[in-house]
Amino acid sequence: MSDPIISIRKLRKVFRVGEVDIEALRGVDLDVPRGEFLSVVGPSGSGKSTLFHIVGGLTPPTSGTVLVGGEDLSKLGDEGRTRLRQKTVGFVFQKFNLLPTLTAGDNIEVARYIAGNRNGPDPEFLRILELLGITHRLNHKPNALSGGEQQRVAIARALVNRPAILLADEPTGNLDSENSAAVLGLLRGLNRRLGQTVLMITHNPEAAAYGDRIVRMQDGRIVA
Amino acid sequence: MIGKLVVENVRTRPVPTLLSILLIAVPVTLILILVGLSHGLVNDSQRRALGVGADILLRAPSSNLMSMSTATIPQELIPKLLTFPHVVAATGVVTQSAGGLLETVTGIDPAAFNRMSGGFEFVEGHTFQKPDDIILDRYYAEQKKVHAGGKIHLMNRDWNVAGIVEPGKLSHIFVQIGVLQDLFSTPGMVSQIYLKLDDSKNTDAVVADLKSKLPGYPVYSMRDLVSMTSVDALPVLSTFTHVIIGIGVLIAFVVVCLSMYMAVLQRTREIGILKAIGAPKIFILQMILAEALIMGFGGTVFGILLSYGTRALLHSLVPSSLPQAVVYIWWPISGGIALGAALLGALYPGFSAAQKDPIAALSYE
Repeated sequence: MSDPIISIRKLRKVFRVGEVDIEALRGVDLDVPRGEFLSVVGPSGSGKSTLFHIVGGLTPPTSGTVLVGGEDLSKLGDEGRTRLRQKTVGFVFQKFNLLPTLTAGDNIEVARYIAGNRNGPDPEFLRILELLGITHRLNHKPNALSGGEQQRVAIARALVNRPAILLADEPTGNLDSENSAAVLGLLRGLNRRLGQTVLMITHNPEAAAYGDRIVRMQDGRIVA
Repeated sequence: MIGKLVVENVRTRPVPTLLSILLIAVPVTLILILVGLSHGLVNDSQRRALGVGADILLRAPSSNLMSMSTATIPQELIPKLLTFPHVVAATGVVTQSAGGLLETVTGIDPAAFNRMSGGFEFVEGHTFQKPDDIILDRYYAEQKKVHAGGKIHLMNRDWNVAGIVEPGKLSHIFVQIGVLQDLFSTPGMVSQIYLKLDDSKNTDAVVADLKSKLPGYPVYSMRDLVSMTSVDALPVLSTFTHVIIGIGVLIAFVVVCLSMYMAVLQRTREIGILKAIGAPKIFILQMILAEALIMGFGGTVFGILLSYGTRALLHSLVPSSLPQAVVYIWWPISGGIALGAALLGALYPGFSAAQKDPIAALSYE
């Protein structure tokens, strides 16, 4: 395994809810080597979603260091985190989160446009689309697609700018077992064939088993 | 890509967008009606003043152009005016309010008035024959739905409609001068006197001559009179227009602000998605402002169309009282006002959308 693409030390995150401070992460240390498929498991409230949000640049850490692709997220402002989301990380959510007014193809294109990439799709991305099996569904709007198809479009959108890390938050949470297996197989395939680093959060032990490694979180800490 | 997003957003909520466009159109129409009426009334008044065929107007002392002058000029002045060099014709008229909106009855000496103006072009009927005969122009007759031989009630008495003439000569309503003088107990007095010269080039010299020999009498060349009654020379109209513009800006601002605020609320999750895939704040703001621009532009176009509707309506209901002109220069002005107000209205929702926390926005149901 090569040098870590994600390196986290003493990560803390405190949320203020009303007048109460809630410590969601209590000193997390984690290294994710480039090209690894890492599954993060843990019960609700264990802090895995907060970890996902911080690594994805959706929220800043309270303290500690979070190096993603060599960049320290604790030193990035809003603009820096926006840039990170454009270029370095790609998200796949439980609820697919496609823009309902745009076609599948435009949902992918909008991510490319926002990242400032005005060139058409590169040959490697066309291969990804074929691998995902959605090339014939790109002109349809999300409401005309099945859950499995929507999630495959979301994966394509997450990968269109060739990010260093693919972050998947319960990617099979809204899918039946057949589509779950297909989506997990695709993530596994992307990891194996293209060396795509994948960090997946899940409740499901069967889904977690698709990863190279499983880390378990509890009460804001990594326990195993 | 922003364009595609905006167009799709508009297409997915057509009813709120159309309602916003309709509401923005209202102030645009109001501005265009007001400006159109101002120009229409002034143009109509200028056209009718020039239709007299005179070169010079002499009014009663202490009168002003914007008020109806009472009959205080002795009629004996007319023969004296005819002795001035270059004056070839003179006719005195009496003007009185007919009571209705902008309705004025003008008393004329038909022979002298016809000599100066070239005479009426009759559409129906004939000239005065009896004291209670009245002549109406076609617009006023259409407005009152009367024909030659019919009756009309004005100034507390019934008049026989003797004839209906083509519009464009001084007034919409004419009676004989002596009848109007008797009716208002001003025998031998006129409100104003029109003079025709042998050559219009002599106008300035004759005006100067009249001013020196008739001190206290306002004397205007018809050319100056027309420029003095332009819309720009009427400060009250300008103030009124500014008030309507202010109301227009307020309406468009509030409408767009409310509409876009609701749109931003409805699309909270989509804004969260855009932010998650790296959309910067300026991208979100541009998207909201572009949608407001579409509303402002749609409201302008619809407002212009509505102003044609009101023009047709006014022309069919009150063709003589409220002529509404089409003032093209005010299309871009009213459009600019609508677009500016729409953009202002979209700023707060736009900024609030751009500032949204992506995690909170993504969890919005």
